[in-house]
Amino acid sequence: MSTITTRPAADENLAAKLPDETLRKWLRDMLLIREFEVRTMQAYQNRLIGGFCHIYVGQEAVAVGALAALEETDPIITAYRDHGHALARGMDPKYCMAEMFGRIGGCAKGKGGSMHMFDKPHHMYGGHGIVGAQCPLAAGLAFARKYTDEVIENRASTGVAMCFLGDGALNQGAFHEAMNLAGVLHLPVIYVVENNGYAMGTSVARGTTMAHELTAKAAAYGIDATSIDGMDVMEVYNGMKPIVDRCRRSVQPAFVEARTYRYKGHSMSDPRKYRTKDEEQQYEAQDPIEKLAGFMMSERKFAEADYDSLAKAVRKQVREARQWTDLSPPPDIEELYTDVYADAWGPYHGTSLPLMMKETQQE
Amino acid sequence: MSRQIEYRDALREAMSEEMRRDPRVFLMGEEVAEYNGAYKVSRGMLEEFGPQRVIDTPISETGFTGLAVGAAMMGLRPIIEFMSWSFSLVAADQILNNAPKMLYMSGGQFGCPIVFRGNNGAGGQLGSTHSWCVESLYANVPGLKMAIPFDPYDAKGLLKTAVRDDNPVFFLESERLLSVKGEVPEEEYLVPFQQALVRRPGADCTVVSFGRPLYFCLEAAQALAEDGIECEVIDGRTIRPLDIETIVQSVRKTNYCVVVDQSWPFASVGAEIAAQVHERCFDDLDNHVARVHADDVPPPYAYNLEQEMLPNARKICEAVRSVTYNA
Repeated sequence: MSTITTRPAADENLAAKLPDETLRKWLRDMLLIREFEVRTMQAYQNRLIGGFCHIYVGQEAVAVGALAALEETDPIITAYRDHGHALARGMDPKYCMAEMFGRIGGCAKGKGGSMHMFDKPHHMYGGHGIVGAQCPLAAGLAFARKYTDEVIENRASTGVAMCFLGDGALNQGAFHEAMNLAGVLHLPVIYVVENNGYAMGTSVARGTTMAHELTAKAAAYGIDATSIDGMDVMEVYNGMKPIVDRCRRSVQPAFVEARTYRYKGHSMSDPRKYRTKDEEQQYEAQDPIEKLAGFMMSERKFAEADYDSLAKAVRKQVREARQWTDLSPPPDIEELYTDVYADAWGPYHGTSLPLMMKETQQE
Repeated sequence: MSRQIEYRDALREAMSEEMRRDPRVFLMGEEVAEYNGAYKVSRGMLEEFGPQRVIDTPISETGFTGLAVGAAMMGLRPIIEFMSWSFSLVAADQILNNAPKMLYMSGGQFGCPIVFRGNNGAGGQLGSTHSWCVESLYANVPGLKMAIPFDPYDAKGLLKTAVRDDNPVFFLESERLLSVKGEVPEEEYLVPFQQALVRRPGADCTVVSFGRPLYFCLEAAQALAEDGIECEVIDGRTIRPLDIETIVQSVRKTNYCVVVDQSWPFASVGAEIAAQVHERCFDDLDNHVARVHADDVPPPYAYNLEQEMLPNARKICEAVRSVTYNA
């Protein structure tokens, strides 16, 4: 019988004990995501990117802080607002940008688009477009890690899977079925709800019960639940690290609500009439990048000039990613019938790997 | 050496042999372990393989099919049992949107080698919601394969091939065939996909079908033979990939074709095969291709109505006589 506990966020400031190097990397990753998203919006407005496009600006601290608490080989999965997770996991921005431009150099050869960022070398299992549909997959990632260790390798379970989802996914059956399965099958998976307040235009309070206490959703499944401040990368890490460690050790699931905010609309076509400018400014005033930079300037050897050089470096990196994308051609028409089936038959050509996998594996 | 075993035992032998061969293969579904399978297909497997590889799930089709997709992306090879394919509709997003498209959406990075298997078609007065024939509904989706075994030999040989396939395979069994006995070798064998089989040779009319309705086709062929009409009955075995060549070769010989498909007629597997035969055998045909389907109504409960709704030997005889009237 599981005990039902709703844990408070950790009060120990683990992040403050980390070396300068680590905090600098977090700041760089958040700056990279922001710069990348700004350039993405521009390209979208210039009609260089098609389809739906969901921007992660404002939520950077969640992906960066949560992934910092994992091992590099722990599998992760997310929904369609996925550029930030891909970059924070280590995907070279050029593959991410080229994917949105529908170029052969994209992480999925231009066949996935903005909502489907996959990166096998970095153990990122997508990028999923249907709200909540990634939740059962995450249970499967945890199942497979555990099964591989226990059944195939004949050793104790070592992995943890992390599943990001939006607050809107809390009302999908797939989420609840996944939570229940994770509970009854004892799967080491952490469901991280990025509660940015809105499921498209529907505020969390209009869409779900117990909106003031989302951890209640986990109580029904006997799953440990924590609510953390998603606008502060150090707080995200402080909250996530003990949860990841416990989840790995106990081979049990966990649930985390990260309270955050998306500065931009649901997608590029959203005029945001369902919320006020005041509200937006209130959140922008607690910006996660400024917050970490402020901490580093007051507590560490980190000056305004260091910040500027980081910002300059990511601007250069994104500019180069864009230049690389411009040089990458659209997929050959042959690609239409490639990757439909793993084997070749009838009109199908079998499968081939994207450039990203060839290049990343060579590294 | 051959022996007579039931269709359900042939299915179990296929799964057990593949699980002994490959530790990445596991079986998951409702009542597959402690209950020994709702239809006793997995009887004894928990005892042999233990609860880590033969896994009971709650009634949660979206959950456990999605779990299989995630596990397959990481390199495992799940066998997912649906107690009935009728219940797979609950998991439509996972089995149609995720499993068959993952390889494509990820640009070749993540395949989904999963076997989804279970009973398909009318079981016997189960009513509208429990009598689904999903072949036409699902065969429309690229990225998946679909196999329909007719007898114990194919049940075992096709299922072993399905488990070794690197794509999602929809494996449609029949509750009405589970107790049918047939010859199955003791030695290992595989039945390849896209290799249709002539179940009964004949020169006068080609009759094409899959799975359980083949029994009605063979019954009809027997009755027609007494009137001097020799049907060539072809078991398609797999719908995706479809072995259209074997069908075409037969039609070029007989010049007549009847397709028997237990799903509804509109936008169906039967309609697809008829279209392909018309495209390839236009100059060989002495009449249009006739189709025998379930009636275009929800499956009824009443015994007489259900029997009338499904394809049967009488309807197949009528179709063959009607297309071959000018022979």
